[in-house]
Amino acid sequence: MEISNLDLKVWRGDAEGGELVSYRVPVREGMVVLDAVLWVQANMASDLAVRWNCKAAKCGSCSAEVQGFPRLMCKTPIADYGNEVTVRPMKAFPLIKDLVTDVSWNYEVNKEIPPFTPSEKDLATSEPWRMQQQDVERSMEFRKCIECFLCQDVCHVVRAHDLKSAFYGPRFFARIASLEMHPKDVLDRRPLLKGKAGLGLCNVTKCCTEVCPEHIKITDNAIIPLKERMDDVYFDPLRSLIRVLGGRGRSPKTN
Amino acid sequence: MDLVNATYETVETDVLVLGAGGAGLRGAIAAAEGGARVLVVCKSLLGKAHTVMAEGGVAAAMHNVAYQDSWEVHFADTMKGGKLINDWRMAELHAKESPERVLELERWGAVFDRTWQGRIHQRPFGAHTYPRLAHIGDRTGLELIRTLQDRAVHTKGVDVHMEVTVFKLFKAGGKVAGALAYRRSDGSLILYRCAALVLASGGTGKMYRVTSNSWESTGDGTALAYEAGAELRDMEMVQFHPTGMVWPAGVRGILVTEGVRGEGGVLRNKDGERFMERYDHERMELSSRDVVARAINSEVLAGRGTPHGGAFLDITHRKPEFIKSKLPSMYEQFLKLAKVDITKQPMEVAPTIHYAMGGVRVDAETGASTVPGLFAAGEVASGLHGANRLGGNSLSDLLVFGKRAGDAAAEAARVGNAARSDIDQADIEGAITELMSPLDRPEGENPYKLMVEIQDMMSEHAPIVRDEAGLTSGLEKIGSFRERALVCGTGGNNTLAFNPGWHTAHDLRSLLVNAEALLRSGLMRRESRGAHARSDYPRPDDQLAAVNFVVEKSASGMHVRPEQRAPMPGYLADQVQRSYARYTPEETE
Repeated sequence: MEISNLDLKVWRGDAEGGELVSYRVPVREGMVVLDAVLWVQANMASDLAVRWNCKAAKCGSCSAEVQGFPRLMCKTPIADYGNEVTVRPMKAFPLIKDLVTDVSWNYEVNKEIPPFTPSEKDLATSEPWRMQQQDVERSMEFRKCIECFLCQDVCHVVRAHDLKSAFYGPRFFARIASLEMHPKDVLDRRPLLKGKAGLGLCNVTKCCTEVCPEHIKITDNAIIPLKERMDDVYFDPLRSLIRVLGGRGRSPKTN
Repeated sequence: MDLVNATYETVETDVLVLGAGGAGLRGAIAAAEGGARVLVVCKSLLGKAHTVMAEGGVAAAMHNVAYQDSWEVHFADTMKGGKLINDWRMAELHAKESPERVLELERWGAVFDRTWQGRIHQRPFGAHTYPRLAHIGDRTGLELIRTLQDRAVHTKGVDVHMEVTVFKLFKAGGKVAGALAYRRSDGSLILYRCAALVLASGGTGKMYRVTSNSWESTGDGTALAYEAGAELRDMEMVQFHPTGMVWPAGVRGILVTEGVRGEGGVLRNKDGERFMERYDHERMELSSRDVVARAINSEVLAGRGTPHGGAFLDITHRKPEFIKSKLPSMYEQFLKLAKVDITKQPMEVAPTIHYAMGGVRVDAETGASTVPGLFAAGEVASGLHGANRLGGNSLSDLLVFGKRAGDAAAEAARVGNAARSDIDQADIEGAITELMSPLDRPEGENPYKLMVEIQDMMSEHAPIVRDEAGLTSGLEKIGSFRERALVCGTGGNNTLAFNPGWHTAHDLRSLLVNAEALLRSGLMRRESRGAHARSDYPRPDDQLAAVNFVVEKSASGMHVRPEQRAPMPGYLADQVQRSYARYTPEETE
């Protein structure tokens, strides 16, 4: 087996500051970026901070920016880059140390989304539910999400404008879509989408879809249908007219 | 390290849960519903626990696909798969309750694959008589953990501390009263005080180099329980999953789901022979995992292995669309990591360390360990799987016994809260000194390298087929490894801020408790049974079928004793004796 050396540049530092540090790593066939980072940790920099778990693109822990592109390190072969690779932490989140960022904002957002809510009737029945495969498949696409938060990292609303307080981000639009499109869910989350979730801030540049390691079509299949649902209620001129003429009051209450 | 400044924050709760995989989350939900304040502590971020790696499905006799299935058949399959050393009461509860636990998940929002009638679909799996695994493509574990995670964070009374590692358990008045832990991000210390504690910390696969387990699986739970005086059981029983990736070297050990064989994948040696014919003519590729793993091992040893020392796993006879819909993450995994298109080419696979059947000895009904106030559920507990776990029985294990342990812990907390004793201050200070000590010697031995040495020792002395000489010489090395681990450094840096070198130094201690227990128990089980295969005792010994080996800490070190199990009651023994009609699937593709 041919062994060559890789020049791995890893961003080292914390919230106070830091720099790219170069490490020479012996390359094995089939090596991925995470292997190289863990080799450095075991052999050259024992306190190099990095998150990882499954090493098989199933847990979404090892997110980072490889050559400036948000990726899972466990799924990114060194061979795709030649003999020089630069790895930086995700930029959209506050840095803890080296490649580890504070992603707790995502967990806070998730808590705000009303969970799966079936009807009283479905809850009351003791019979197992019946659902058809084609009806559950729409929801399933979004349930593939492994919460790597790469879509949050790349989204310019979060990354460039830091509007975390007014915007849930693509991960949680996919989450809301998975609930809204669940055949047994009866809750209406459109007021949330218009309000606190800030769906209107998304201008469908599809960056999130591009970085998704699970190939979820976040923009086309989650965000755009959600926008359509939201607009149906709030911005459809015909409906607004009917509402006004019919005297049925204002738009639904916004959170 | 300046110990005067090593202060800690004290956090009070009723029930402390260690681990946020399926068992921990299900336990937390149960305990909170039982009225307890619950705190879940996990080493990684929430939702990243090993449960997400479970691919194939969750076993539950719902008879949606094969009407003949029932809890009795599931029970019999589990016992036979475990070579009859299972705790039969656990196997009974598990088979009876898993359908209810799966349906409950659906009511919490989980979305399973469906049958044409709209019921939860069930796929065939190794050593299950009937198609029994409820699944979502090949990402069942992810669905399970996400559903439980969302349920838990929206359950009143449940709080989660992420990226916190527990270092030591404390007892007061003979009962578990709390734990010392550190935050991985900044090394700050937390003293948890609780009335009951549920271990749901998973397995110990990092004892070996080639494993499907992550860095987290260092056997912390078994080690913490052992140090607190709890009994461990069946520690010689670790499962080699037959199919891990072997090539390229960087991905060696990563799991290839049994679902591939469940969906029709066949194993061949380098001569193209479907060799399972010679090992289990009846069940072929869907034999139990211990049998398939040893078969692949034997083929390789006989010189019939693939170029990289494994077997070929071939599913190319299925249509590409079928493969992509039933095994999407396998398709993706091989395409990306090995540049193999599994719809056109066979996969190369070899056994990889996957699961610990042994663990903390628990009461079947409640998950109570032998230490008051200490409970265990999931992989860290023992009993359900005996000498070999069937695929799909781990996810159902987490749900059934996670709930039972959570219920019991809430009850114990209700009773225990009235009479809490204080943790001895000297215990706390002693533990802090021990925890901080590697930071005093950053230039000491590198913990990462020491871990690799331990892993290589275990691969050499406790491999898939073991013998007296190997196990004995392995055991002789344990003492010096322990001494080295006690004085090892951090790999060169003494920062408290997210310092994996420091964290690894402590993981070694847990690994060594598990390794020693495995070697000692393995020496005592002079027979071959399930996952424990001995070349010097190649047959099962009927007398040992009634025996479990129990590990306990004693004044003179680790002590292992054989213990007779109570015989199975007649109504259960009858089920194991019965033979069931074989299932003949219709071609549904």
